[in-house]
Amino acid sequence: MTASLGGALAAAVVLAAAILVVASRNLVRAVLWLALALLGTAALYAVLDAPFLAGVQVLTYVGGVVTLMIFGVMVTGRHTGAVVEVDRSGSVRALLVSFGFLALVGGAILRTDLGGPTPPPPPTTAELARSLLDEYLLAFEVTSVLLLAAVIGAVVLARRRDPGPTAGRRGMAAALAEEGPVR
Amino acid sequence: MMLRELLLLATVLFSIGIYGVLTRRHAVALLLSIELMANAANIAFVAFATLRGGPGEVLVLFALAITVSEVAVGLALVMLLYRRYGDTVLDLAREARR
Repeated sequence: MTASLGGALAAAVVLAAAILVVASRNLVRAVLWLALALLGTAALYAVLDAPFLAGVQVLTYVGGVVTLMIFGVMVTGRHTGAVVEVDRSGSVRALLVSFGFLALVGGAILRTDLGGPTPPPPPTTAELARSLLDEYLLAFEVTSVLLLAAVIGAVVLARRRDPGPTAGRRGMAAALAEEGPVR
Repeated sequence: MMLRELLLLATVLFSIGIYGVLTRRHAVALLLSIELMANAANIAFVAFATLRGGPGEVLVLFALAITVSEVAVGLALVMLLYRRYGDTVLDLAREARR
């Protein structure tokens, strides 16, 4: 009973925070709402008997991704407090698309018979680690290569030399026309 | 919590992410919405893993690693965009494609 109550509470927090992520005009606040949504998801994982995933979620997402995002906002933010425009002109179409998706998938979920066998107890952290290094060893190694490639790619992109001091806001088309193709 | 409610929650979250991707013009805000969508998928994985069995939890670990690398490369691109053009609004990128 308490578990389902906690789950409902976490779900409500996640939903509200997610709506604020897409609605907030201030980017820093949007990032912080995302942090709340991810923390609520971690709570949901804990309710769902996945304590290890809850911990990993807090460590990598809230500790890593959100910090990176805040760096991104602050480094590139204009001095206006990172208030950004939300594209109101396309928002009706965007609402239509997202509600269409919701109706499609939600309808499918509601019609499907989701009854199934009683599941085995969820894996403990030790079992999770064992399957990661035994059954899924190849995927594990490929993931490490992917992470390495991502780090190298990020460094190469961020270190790329600038053609001029700063191109300013004269528009990308003009800048690209002068520079020729991007290296 | 039953499986159906959790899957509906994940679907609603994913739709919110779609709305964000379609309305936001700032590159970092776009990344935030993509994060929401990835998170929704992870919730569905964990819901299935706990309530119906299967390797969902391991898959979520891999998905986390992939999302993190995506954010790293995405933010590097944002920095590049900003250093070159002094802005991170994606309309400029759209303009350049013409």
